[in-house]
Amino acid sequence: MYLTEEQQALLDGAKGETMAKVMKTLVMYGSAFGAERMVPVSSRYNHLVTSFGLKMMTPVFDLMDQLIQAGAVSGQPFSVDPRPLDPKVPANFLQKLVFNKFMYSAQENYEQQLQKLGLMDEDAFTCACYFDEVGNRPGKDEVLSWAESSAVVYANSVLGARCNRNSGIVDLMGSIAGFVPEFGLLTDEGRKAAWLVEVKTTHKPEAQLLGSAIGMKVMEDVPYVVGLDQWLGDSLTDDVCAYLKDFGAATASNGAVGLYHVENLTPEAVDQGRSLLAEGYQTYVIDDAELERVQKSYPVVWKKADAAPKLCFVGCPHLSLQQLQRWTADLERELAASGARKVAVPTVFTTAPGVKKVFDATADAQKLRAMGVIVSTICPLMYMNNPLCGSMPVITCSNKLRTYSTARYYREDEILKILTKGGR
Amino acid sequence: MRTFQGRVIAPGTVTAPALVSHGGLNTLASFQKALQFGDKKATCGDQNNPDLYGKEMLGKALCLPQTIGSTTGGMVLYCACAMHRQPACLLFSKPIDSLAAAGSVLASVWLPDAQMPVIDSLGQEFLDYVQEGMTITVHADGSVDVD
Repeated sequence: MYLTEEQQALLDGAKGETMAKVMKTLVMYGSAFGAERMVPVSSRYNHLVTSFGLKMMTPVFDLMDQLIQAGAVSGQPFSVDPRPLDPKVPANFLQKLVFNKFMYSAQENYEQQLQKLGLMDEDAFTCACYFDEVGNRPGKDEVLSWAESSAVVYANSVLGARCNRNSGIVDLMGSIAGFVPEFGLLTDEGRKAAWLVEVKTTHKPEAQLLGSAIGMKVMEDVPYVVGLDQWLGDSLTDDVCAYLKDFGAATASNGAVGLYHVENLTPEAVDQGRSLLAEGYQTYVIDDAELERVQKSYPVVWKKADAAPKLCFVGCPHLSLQQLQRWTADLERELAASGARKVAVPTVFTTAPGVKKVFDATADAQKLRAMGVIVSTICPLMYMNNPLCGSMPVITCSNKLRTYSTARYYREDEILKILTKGGR
Repeated sequence: MRTFQGRVIAPGTVTAPALVSHGGLNTLASFQKALQFGDKKATCGDQNNPDLYGKEMLGKALCLPQTIGSTTGGMVLYCACAMHRQPACLLFSKPIDSLAAAGSVLASVWLPDAQMPVIDSLGQEFLDYVQEGMTITVHADGSVDVD
């Protein structure tokens, strides 16, 4: 790999052993992909995936201490994934004990580390950092050193930024050095689509189900999706961006997609059209039957498959303001139709702290509270990440949460029915 | 016995029994419970991976196409190495993905005593041939014996 004089000096230890290790990490990482040079990180902010003071992460905290002590801190302020704890989210005595004393006992110390390393502000804990209310929204063609699979795929696909699917720790190191190895999704060639996905459903497909099907099929490849614009239109409205957020998160978690193109909608597809298709691309056709097949293929790992759900999570990735408003209206309408006043299952909607502040000032927040729904900024995945919660029958319309936990997936219309009519 | 040639990502030599995943390894889903709750044998917790779910990964030659899922993946691999709960080696049929590469590189650079050779680009034939329990020997030049 070609290194500038400055980069070579860093690698040789001009700024100390720790900085040399940071540089060596980036060089070896890039070399694995044939990167020929480093390119500057050009975004204003970074985004890190590691937000949780999990005891198992002690090796990471030790490494971060090394960085802090060596003065190797982030050159950019950064946002970070959601906090793992929120006392408002239902948990019994034992669960609270496990959360606070065993699992996340390092949370306070870790947040102090994050502040020293360059955290944007105390509200910068969300997986959807690109929301206007959060403010970490990169521009087209900006080079990022982000992690968090759902944020990376959104930044690449919807915003047209350039970012590889970096891992935790490497995300921070790119920001410390100020440059990242140029390969994969940072290059024009790496952004070409290896798959043409033809959506031929008879109705607007559920975002998280469609994303799941595509993720499982194309894995790490770039899909070029056609036929979706008939349901989404050709404009990136708030509603469409929320759809693409959920769709992308499912492609990234059920597979390893870091970028997708949607014909006539996402920026590069609008600019370049089907010239984005790589030579020899494969084709995947998705119709109603295929989506039904995919949904039926999900394993149910509850101890009792027919158990009554004890908790419902909506918002993985975090809900946008528009989604909170839509869910409020949907619940209000369907509860009224059922003659009920409160949801039938304890329910938590999760969103970014900045969004929650705005939402809390609206009448919809009071309506949701009255319907028995809790709005939280927690990461539901981190909540579920223990045997106590893992053995609970939890339902969700998030395919990401389904993938990483024992939560059972239902489409949004099915969740709405369960919450308002008490069905299963 | 057959020998397959791959590319060295993290150097080292080892002999270990094979554990095979024909689908992508979701690193977070596979390791998180084992690392969090003291399972020293690193039992795979990924319900969506029928090849590995419930099987011990510690000390096994993990044969797989690639890793998938959360971008905590590399960091999780790093933690597994730091806590000595890693597979004996990672053997990828495909070119390595960014998350596995990050984990391999982080362990190699920041954990001087970590031992987890990583070889990629072994080819689909390797993954078709290798079966659970076969004896794997990884050589320093990236060649892999399957017996």
